[in-house]
Amino acid sequence: MKKFIREKGLVLPLDRANVDTDFIIPKQFLKSIKRTGFGVNLFDEHRYMDKGLPDADNSNRPLNPDFVLNQPRYEGARVLLAKDNFGCGSSREHAPWALDDYGFRAILAPSFADIFFNNCFKNGLLPIVLNKAIISALFDEVEANEGYQLEVDLQQQLITKPDGSSIPFSVDEFRKHCLLNGLDDIGLTLKDAEKIRSFEDNWRNSAPWYFTTTNATTT
Amino acid sequence: MSSRTLYDKIWDAHLVTQREDGTALIYIDRHLIHEVTSPQAFEGLRLANRLPWRADANFATPDHNIPTTSEERLQGLEGIKDPVSKIQVRTLDDNCQEFGIFELKMTDDRQGIVHVVGPEQGATLPGMTIVCGDSHTSTHGALGALAHGIGTSEVEHVLATQCLMQKKAKNMLVRVDGQLKPGCTAKDIVLAIIGKIGTAGGTGFTIEFGGEAIQALSVEGRMTVCNMAIEAGARAGLIAVDETTLEYIKGRPFAPAGELWDQAVESWRCLVSDAGAQFDETVVLQAAQIEPQVTWGSSPEMVSPISGNVPDPAQEVDETKRGNIRQALKYMGLQGGTAIKDIKLDCIFIGSCTNSRIEDLRAAAAVVKGKKVASSVEVAMVVPGSGLVKKQAEAEGLDKIFLEAGMEWREPGCSMCLAMNADQLGEGKHCASTSNRNFEGRQGFGGRTHLVSPAMAAAAAIHGHFVDIRDLG
Repeated sequence: MKKFIREKGLVLPLDRANVDTDFIIPKQFLKSIKRTGFGVNLFDEHRYMDKGLPDADNSNRPLNPDFVLNQPRYEGARVLLAKDNFGCGSSREHAPWALDDYGFRAILAPSFADIFFNNCFKNGLLPIVLNKAIISALFDEVEANEGYQLEVDLQQQLITKPDGSSIPFSVDEFRKHCLLNGLDDIGLTLKDAEKIRSFEDNWRNSAPWYFTTTNATTT
Repeated sequence: MSSRTLYDKIWDAHLVTQREDGTALIYIDRHLIHEVTSPQAFEGLRLANRLPWRADANFATPDHNIPTTSEERLQGLEGIKDPVSKIQVRTLDDNCQEFGIFELKMTDDRQGIVHVVGPEQGATLPGMTIVCGDSHTSTHGALGALAHGIGTSEVEHVLATQCLMQKKAKNMLVRVDGQLKPGCTAKDIVLAIIGKIGTAGGTGFTIEFGGEAIQALSVEGRMTVCNMAIEAGARAGLIAVDETTLEYIKGRPFAPAGELWDQAVESWRCLVSDAGAQFDETVVLQAAQIEPQVTWGSSPEMVSPISGNVPDPAQEVDETKRGNIRQALKYMGLQGGTAIKDIKLDCIFIGSCTNSRIEDLRAAAAVVKGKKVASSVEVAMVVPGSGLVKKQAEAEGLDKIFLEAGMEWREPGCSMCLAMNADQLGEGKHCASTSNRNFEGRQGFGGRTHLVSPAMAAAAAIHGHFVDIRDLG
């Protein structure tokens, strides 16, 4: 997995609560069997004026000039500033894949939906929960100052503002460790393979009805 | 041991190991797989040269992306017109074949929406931990299983390790006291709950649904309730095991039989929260106060009783909420203050993992029997949740009732709930839908979704606008 240590970048404000994963990446793009290439269709229904199709050429599609992502001042944004309950809805990991593929590295919001929050960490993307007042102040500052950048330091758990002041944030210790080192969850879990095997043996003895093979046949 | 909730009990029984920071490895009994969120996970296994830890714990069926017209389905895989969809469905077949995973293929009678098929086959059992790369996995909690959605990285993790790494959620009890009034259903209960606690109300919790009105529901009704736990923000919803649960499971293909059944039942009877178990939060609703519900906005919490009106943003004091209402009404093309009953429908969708089981189809058929779909309704589609539901409905003559009323009778799949296949709601069109999400664009680009129960969707089909099912004789 991609490491996250320290990232500095332009901040893009997405002023909308309950942004769901259909909003982040519409369903037609989920037909892909790959993990990459979703960035060009990030926020597709709001970013473009027409309906997006998988495997189509997106370069000539009409852009929605009112959508924040299309404003030149936010071009190349790396930090997404969002509102409450970001990432709700479907469990599609295509949502963090699309954000990552576009170039976002961190997302700041007052709250996230559980599955999305979890999926971010599996992809080297850092979701940070900050209190509402701080988020609201950041929205004001970003909108007032063109070229507004933030530096996110995971090791120090600090976000540094352009004026040098900083905002501390909390992060789960284990997830921090994995992100800093780019660790693969499966590899880590398999270090406990003996424990899993011994649990499984006991469980098979005490609850054998979960281990029966079916009479049903496959097709 | 001190009093425990049902969630505590299932969690404790599956705890493999716990780290100091509270991160735990939880053993997974059943992993359900479909075509959309699994290809990258199987690819990951191949790249790392790994095999599934326990292939027989997995159960697959394609559902999200397959066509529902008989014309396409009769020809099997080759009949799928969309080449990208065809590749995805074929990839699932190939992966299951390669890794020795049980799959009900598209052409199998037992194929269907994974959350309909799992319980139907008895692959969902009380006390199990169940995961699937789909947020509506919460459905299986109706049978007293701890079930929730996961992302594709976790699909790969479960395939490779039979475990999931996670932290324990908090306990919430949602109790629905008393009895539902006639015409009100499980769908109305869960929409009312979401209306009360909001779409983030359950974030960080496992919700146990209890109380007289929940206990009185059939297992299918309970599935409707647990299915939408995720729409309240909770990854998992749970309902205690009782006689209704056991009766439902007995004799199903994957369920234990004979002596093993008796042993299992003895163990499953303990799958209830202990008296005096502590919940971090408790929410209480009175069933008698729940009316048929209709969503008017672009989030499931934007819901009103059928007797109500679309809210007027000007009347909302909270600035954020006012903005959200304005945004939703603009998308939905609705005026604040409009009576819910005056909302006109262009499309009716009866289906999805929320409401596509036989009882749902019976409820819808009872309303449309002998009547015709209103001429203003362009499409009215009934999509059974599985091949077996379809067969049963046809044996009862429900298909004829729908067809005679002017509705379409389709092949099983997720269909217009998420509109990944050709079943899409047109731009600006209003749809009375028995599905679970009314997000912008969910059922089709620019489509406007109103979530309702099957009976309410059927009544709207006949009248061309929402009507109170309780007013119909």
